[in-house]
Amino acid sequence: MSAVNIPPKPKLNYLNCDKTIRSWLLTLDHKRIGVMYLISTLTAFFVGGMLAEVIRTQLLVPKGLIFHATKHMSSFAAYKHYNQVFTLHGIIMVFMVLIPIIVAGLGNVVIPLMLGAKDVAFPRLNLISFYLYAGGAVMAIVSTVCGAVDTGWTFYTPYSITTETYVCFMVGGIVMIGFSSIFTGINFIVTIHKMRPPGMTWFRMPLFLWGIYATSIIQVAATPVIGVTLLLLILERVMHIGFFNAALGGSPVLFQDFFWFYSHPAVYIMILPAMAIISEIVPTFSRKHIFGYEFIALSSLAIALIGFLVWGHHMFVNGQSAELDTIFSFLTFLVAVPSAVKVFSWMATMYKGAIKLDTPMLYAISFIILFTVGGLTGVILGCIAEDVVLHDTYFVVGHFHYVMFGGTIIAFLGGLHYWWPKITGKMYNETMGRITCVLLFIGVNVTFFPQLIVGAEGMPRRYASYLPQYQGYMIASTVGAYIQLVAFLMMAGYLIHSIFRGRKAPDNPWGGATLEWTAASPPTHYNFDDTPLAIEDCYDYSYIKYDPAIDGYVRTDMPAKPAEEPETAPAHG
Amino acid sequence: MSEAMQVEVNPQVVKKHLAHHFDTMQQQFDAGKLGMWLFLATEVLLFSGLFCAYGVYRALHPQIFQFAGLYLDPISGLINTIVLLTSGFTMALGVRFAHTGNRKGLSVCLILTMLGGFGFLGIHGYEYFGKYRQRLLWGTNYHPTVAPDGQKLLPAVGLIPPLARPKPIEAAPWHHLTLMGKRGFNVVHSNLAPAPIGVQGVVSKAKLPAPTGPYSQPNNVQIFFGAYFLMTGLHSLHVIIGIGLMLWLLIRNIRGDFGPSYFAPVEFVGLYWGIVDMVWMFLFPLLYLAH
Ligand code: HEM
Ligand SMILES: [Cu+2]
Repeated sequence: MSAVNIPPKPKLNYLNCDKTIRSWLLTLDHKRIGVMYLISTLTAFFVGGMLAEVIRTQLLVPKGLIFHATKHMSSFAAYKHYNQVFTLHGIIMVFMVLIPIIVAGLGNVVIPLMLGAKDVAFPRLNLISFYLYAGGAVMAIVSTVCGAVDTGWTFYTPYSITTETYVCFMVGGIVMIGFSSIFTGINFIVTIHKMRPPGMTWFRMPLFLWGIYATSIIQVAATPVIGVTLLLLILERVMHIGFFNAALGGSPVLFQDFFWFYSHPAVYIMILPAMAIISEIVPTFSRKHIFGYEFIALSSLAIALIGFLVWGHHMFVNGQSAELDTIFSFLTFLVAVPSAVKVFSWMATMYKGAIKLDTPMLYAISFIILFTVGGLTGVILGCIAEDVVLHDTYFVVGHFHYVMFGGTIIAFLGGLHYWWPKITGKMYNETMGRITCVLLFIGVNVTFFPQLIVGAEGMPRRYASYLPQYQGYMIASTVGAYIQLVAFLMMAGYLIHSIFRGRKAPDNPWGGATLEWTAASPPTHYNFDDTPLAIEDCYDYSYIKYDPAIDGYVRTDMPAKPAEEPETAPAHG
Repeated sequence: MSEAMQVEVNPQVVKKHLAHHFDTMQQQFDAGKLGMWLFLATEVLLFSGLFCAYGVYRALHPQIFQFAGLYLDPISGLINTIVLLTSGFTMALGVRFAHTGNRKGLSVCLILTMLGGFGFLGIHGYEYFGKYRQRLLWGTNYHPTVAPDGQKLLPAVGLIPPLARPKPIEAAPWHHLTLMGKRGFNVVHSNLAPAPIGVQGVVSKAKLPAPTGPYSQPNNVQIFFGAYFLMTGLHSLHVIIGIGLMLWLLIRNIRGDFGPSYFAPVEFVGLYWGIVDMVWMFLFPLLYLAH
């Protein structure tokens, strides 16, 4: 059902077709919802990032630079504020940034475009998801204003039951964000199942869609468990129901089991979409067919499935039996295999490719390096004997920042730069983009590598003060955090500048072969004038040629339009 | 269920109910159905979290469940099961009527299903009230005074602050200990003579002399009632939501929305009601037949 072909009058796109605030807040357009997600998650990222700078500044001196004992305040009271700061940092970054930013932010914009569809399967549910997210954020703010939580992002019982901070509001907010995540997952699974264009079979889907598909499965299958766990935590505080309270016959360790049953798969909710972005960027900028398509596609599913069976590696030292420890350790090693499959496939794709080092590609390469460090440190932690020593040290902090920041955030930034022309219709300053990426790469390593060392030397995590012998590393780490801050300010500068002053983007600035590059930049309200066909290989770049006249790429052998409308029923799966 | 469910093509209905981003009503229906199944999967997972907690505690403390299960009335549970199953049947019938375009039939079925839902809630509410009167509640609110068979009951040991708690002593022969699992065996006040009391007396009534004097009970029975109220409460909440959905369907049906070419909402609520039934089919044996 194609819309009537309107002759190209003034170019209306999804951004300027209706400019009222109302049309934004009540929009059902997946692109606008995606943009709203991007704006809110980036705002959350800014807040979380400033908290991180506070943490790093505190740790410049062994006694603590910001929170320390004074005439008016005991060190106990002062350090409690430090606990609140790192707890908020963790909660914001995990639940409000890392989990939604790629799937709900970029995914919302890109998925229907890649499918040649007009929208996601359930546009209204999509909007509800967004408002659940926003409502959760409001609850979190309320909790923070009334009495910021000081439990750490893991909410371990029994402390989370006894602390007098506003745990209930915070946890309630996270439950709402969890439902938002569930609904997004349902929406995308159905979209990918039922709305593929004619010609796009499962194994002709762009790998981004495979990654999102696997992620959505995890979101749907794991998030209800954290939902019920956190609800139990609320009931525990309000009604003293006793499930997690040893004094009432419950088991605090059960909370940990429940929590990690979600939160380990949740780390794959963060990393799989990141890998999915890299699988798009690497072949496009290598001008070479992706290597090992099936392996990359299926390894996403493998990670999603095995990821459910490894949660016990967070509990090696918490009284778990030796048999369970061994099984979980083995499965943890196992999950590293599909991750490595992907890394090797990307490298094989780049091998002998005509690599263009544009900003998105620089981010992709940074990702591969940083994720490798993060993954390998994860394997080190998965080994029981080493984890007994390293658990709850800065080594763990270093590990998960390498994967979450060096992995998810870096890949997100790559994706943001890759699709920025499509989303905004503007090109950013390429030189600035490259400089910033390199600066950020340096900043990440300067920040987190010293943490690995200092953790291996025995410095525990979540402490507001430390022994003087660690100060050198701590200062280095803080300097790295400041470097990152500079890089992010530069990025904000040139991206915002591009919105107002940037060169107009061509439809296909990078030479991508997936369907979103056949839409206008920015796309029209209904994305495509006709349902596009997906008969070509979406990683075949041989017929996509650079055209200097528009400084973009064009398809040289557009398949002749079939005379009749193609069968519109999509491939069902 | 019926993946091949065919949606009749009717241009007027298409105009009214087909969203812009779908090509056909069939595609829209299939998408909605898949979405609904996924949503129901998350519902099942939500409950299975609680079932897991139940399983863990039951494995660790079987004596709690054997003792506390006696407080629940399997007959009222059974009646509720029948009520809910009947309403499941009327709902399925309603979905069938929607497919065939029998408007009156659908309305009757929706009303019957709602009545079933209300009946279920009524019986359940009565049960809750009884538990409340006996103070068979969760956590710190658990203060029953009467044992399941009407005998007087000593206060639960589990609610004495840990430091003041008397040291447990062994009160039954070894084979009872293994039967109960070692962990469950810190039952009695030290001032009581080691006699066949507490849950041992209940379980092996046939072999041991009937208990005399005040009853003792296992530790931490409140865990069972926590689980009971939580699981049935969450389930009842789903029943209430289901009744609301039926009401919505009823209004739309009276308005004449549904027919052979548009019945998706009826179908989806039917699926939902099926899951609500199914969860109860697990809850009933786990709780009411726990002993
Ligand atoms: C190769 C794959 C990975 C392996 C083998 C692995 C292994 C581990 C292990 C064993 C721990 C527990 C350390 C401890 O607490 O003693 C851990 C912690 C952690 N990992 Fe990973 N990991 C992997 C990938 C990831 C990814 C991709 C992410 C996120 C994007 C991630 C995020 C985390 C977080 C957040 C923690 C710490 C949680 C906390 O205690 O606060 N990991 N990892
Ligand atoms: Cu983990």
